[in-house]
Amino acid sequence: MSAPDQWPLWEVFVRSRNGLSHKHFGSLHAPDADMALKNARDVYTRRSEGTSIWVVQSSNIVASAPDAKEVLFTPSDDKVYRHPTFYQIPDEVGHM
Amino acid sequence: MAPTIDIEARFLDYVTAENKVEAKDWMPEGYRKTLVRQISQHAHSEIVGMLPEANWITRAPSLRSKLILLAKVQDEAGHGLYLYSAAETLGTSRDEMIADLHSGKAKYSSIFNYPTLSWADMGAIGWLVDGAAIQNQVMLCRASYGPYSRAMVRICKEESFHQRQGYEIMLHLAKGSQEQKDMAQDALNRWWWPSLMMFGPSDDNSPNSAQSMAWRIKRKSNDELRQEFVDKTVPQAKFLGLSIPDADLRWNEALGQHDFGSIDWNEFFAVVAGNGPCNSERIEARRKAHAEGAWVREAASAYAAKQSGRRSHDSTTKPQAA
Repeated sequence: MSAPDQWPLWEVFVRSRNGLSHKHFGSLHAPDADMALKNARDVYTRRSEGTSIWVVQSSNIVASAPDAKEVLFTPSDDKVYRHPTFYQIPDEVGHM
Repeated sequence: MAPTIDIEARFLDYVTAENKVEAKDWMPEGYRKTLVRQISQHAHSEIVGMLPEANWITRAPSLRSKLILLAKVQDEAGHGLYLYSAAETLGTSRDEMIADLHSGKAKYSSIFNYPTLSWADMGAIGWLVDGAAIQNQVMLCRASYGPYSRAMVRICKEESFHQRQGYEIMLHLAKGSQEQKDMAQDALNRWWWPSLMMFGPSDDNSPNSAQSMAWRIKRKSNDELRQEFVDKTVPQAKFLGLSIPDADLRWNEALGQHDFGSIDWNEFFAVVAGNGPCNSERIEARRKAHAEGAWVREAASAYAAKQSGRRSHDSTTKPQAA
């Protein structure tokens, strides 16, 4: 029952300072990308939270299905040999 | 029917073990409904809460206090947006929520149905109303629904400025002339009881609380939060040299907390039912703002449509994200 003229939803990503990745901050509605950027600046960076903003229309995000969580992510649970702590290195060898 | 019971029991175990629920995860219908109601009410409260304070922007006593009040009211708009966004992740559209607010179907915190009669009210609201809100919101930072708890973390960070600026106003007035001190006392007298009511009905009259606590949406009961607020606020009032308008307020040595007088729940339920001093004025102001902003929304949509038509002609020059 949402009105036909509801503006699209945009996801907002902010880089808090150079050297760090953009991080998801939240979302907002806007008629176009320019307005989404302007609104994101007003809503999510009122206290110097960022140096760069990305906005992505939510409908453009392709997400894995929650039902697929087990299929996708449990196979790596039994592959402990992928972690460095799996290997015993004698103390005499020193830091490796 | 057995599978349904099973999956609900599993959900309960999952949240009891302090795991977070994300938007696309399975959740019981009751959990979803409770969250939509609570988060949208909370969002509406932020938006309606801008009105009593906006009342004093043009009459702030100095440029400094005007800038601060503007920043605070702008924050409230931002908080409303964070919360509407969180509620939308549960499948309710923004337009629907706004329509429910304007039709009177949706509720918002009844504290905002009281008038702001003097500049001291800006102090009392920041100190008491935002203070009570923080008490509740700090708890909600740990709510089991991820998008809600993340919104609450952001809000709490910003809300602390609100309470401190309110207390600063009270401090200036309480240390000022007799007239200013009287103004501060009058504001405390009017805002104290409505602030205590903000935590909602007492525990024996709050049927949904237990379920919300089991789902890890809430973690403390209304009465627990209210008690914590009273215990925190009494010394702050004392420092201001103001007296809390409650003859029954005293320290209870045995319990290690304050006893306080009984709340006039008839007043609370009357204001919730729409009979507070400013209920119709608040909704009318919201409706008017929405109607008068219609041309802005139309213009923005028209401009976006025109731009996208133009862009499809020269789409090769678009800069890349970096």
